[in-house]
Amino acid sequence: MSMQTGLATSTTQLRSYAPATDVSVAAPAPRLEIVRAEPVAARQNPRTEPGPIRLIIIALAITFLSVFVVLPLVVVFASAFSKGVVAYFAALAEPEALAAIKLTLLIAAISVTLNLVFGVVAAWAISKFEFAGKTFLITLIDLPFSVSPVISGLVFVLLFGAQGYFGSWLQAHNVHILFAVPGIALATIFVTFPFVARALIPLMQEQGTQEEEAAISLGASGLQTFFRVTLPNIKWGLLYGVLLCNARAMGEFGAVSVVSGHIRGETNTMPLLVEILYNEYQFVASFAIASLLAMLALITLVAKTVLERRLDEAEVPDGD
Amino acid sequence: MVSTAVARRSTLPGFGLTMGLTLTWLSVIILIPLGALFLKTSELSLDQFWNIVTSRRTLNALKISFGLSFAAACVNLVMGTIIVWALVRYRFPGRRLFDAIVDIPFALPTAVAGVALTQLFAQKGWLGAPLAELGIKVAFTPIGIFIAMVFIGIPFVVRTVQPVLIDLDPEIEEAAASLGANRWHTVFRVILPSLIPALLTGFALAFARAIGEYGSVIFIAGNLPNVSEIAPLLIVIRLSEFRYADATAIAVVMLVASFLIIFLINRLQRWAQARIPVH
Repeated sequence: MSMQTGLATSTTQLRSYAPATDVSVAAPAPRLEIVRAEPVAARQNPRTEPGPIRLIIIALAITFLSVFVVLPLVVVFASAFSKGVVAYFAALAEPEALAAIKLTLLIAAISVTLNLVFGVVAAWAISKFEFAGKTFLITLIDLPFSVSPVISGLVFVLLFGAQGYFGSWLQAHNVHILFAVPGIALATIFVTFPFVARALIPLMQEQGTQEEEAAISLGASGLQTFFRVTLPNIKWGLLYGVLLCNARAMGEFGAVSVVSGHIRGETNTMPLLVEILYNEYQFVASFAIASLLAMLALITLVAKTVLERRLDEAEVPDGD
Repeated sequence: MVSTAVARRSTLPGFGLTMGLTLTWLSVIILIPLGALFLKTSELSLDQFWNIVTSRRTLNALKISFGLSFAAACVNLVMGTIIVWALVRYRFPGRRLFDAIVDIPFALPTAVAGVALTQLFAQKGWLGAPLAELGIKVAFTPIGIFIAMVFIGIPFVVRTVQPVLIDLDPEIEEAAASLGANRWHTVFRVILPSLIPALLTGFALAFARAIGEYGSVIFIAGNLPNVSEIAPLLIVIRLSEFRYADATAIAVVMLVASFLIIFLINRLQRWAQARIPVH
């Protein structure tokens, strides 16, 4: 999808055409950053709207984002700390909470590692060679993005559940996939499957094969070429994919919920524990766990912004 | 098919190995599991499938999911356009901060969004309380589902349209203005039409995401059968009742719908490329 690459360029290229002073009154001023001096195009009025309309549009945008996006985030932290800092940390120190945090880290480590290897391998095959059906292959890799999380979990129940295709065999051999770590890992890998590959493919396609071909012709082996030539070129893109993959792996709810079985202290990841505690009206505990996930999201966003800058800088000046 | 593909003369090594690994991993993780879904459905006769899909509860769940997703995507289309316009065309304090904020629904785990929106719109919540005084109940009603869907859909429209609006050739607008078009005409007859493919793509992405959405919706939904029960939740309920066939049939309907939407998005993007001359 063009979105992924579009994101990388969107923030840095923003140009603006209206003087900032006109509208500063309309902004409700929640922690404002300093507006950096940007090249204000000298084009005048044919390209902007009358002042009042400008004000209305900006006010609508700010209000909408504040109410629907910022406020829910604030609610998470406000509810987590509603009984004080002590209650907050007590909730996080509960054995159940610690078990959920550990499981979430384990699942993320497994699925990010596997998808990292797969992503690099797939990106190498797709971006460095020409073959028929390439577009179709990319569509298949993208598939999990368009499958409902619940369905992503359901397919593994159909395979490994008691009534599933491999269910009786697994039972006979006493192998636990569903309601255990392997099932949770599989569902998470499914959901996070495209992230690394999608971050690398456009980047590696753009970089072409010349540098690698030069290395090979100078006598480097395939692995040497990859680690000495390709990897340094794609490191920021790789990190970008891993970042998004990790955020989704730690935060996945629907798919994991279907395969986990919700065994307390054993198969509950952090998002599942948020649900259980919330349904038991343990709001402080629920939002305490949720606040950790929200912080993960915020850190991911900041890191993503930094990486996008890096990627933009690394990009060759495009002349389209 | 891919497996018969031949690498065109390239001096680089590793095509066979990496392609083999890619196809194996893809099959194990994606293709075989999704295949199981269709295999399970094929065990049903056409009559059985039809009866499940058209049973009152399933039909209502599908109606709720598709109907509210469509409504939410419409709101996202309008508000997304307004937000993207403000972010790209105007300068105001906090603009870059708000630009970053747009991504929060992408980044926030769905369960967290779910409990937060529920808390916010519950009867005693910050927004729920004033709304309750006006006689509007949001949490545990279809309106709640709609709100959650609006929340998760907003980045799709903004992030799809943003690069297109940024890249829009300024000369077109200047030409329109110098030919005597007023601003209203320029915006609605010149700029918006060239944004249409991106707008529709963003709309379709938001729509598709909302149909399949689970985590951020189920907390605020109320989950009353036939009233506020979404299709993904009905799948989960059928699974917990060990009615695998029912769960699978609903999943297939949703999956086919989302494949149709992807197909539509691909066509839209091709249309966009054909329409907008590369400059």
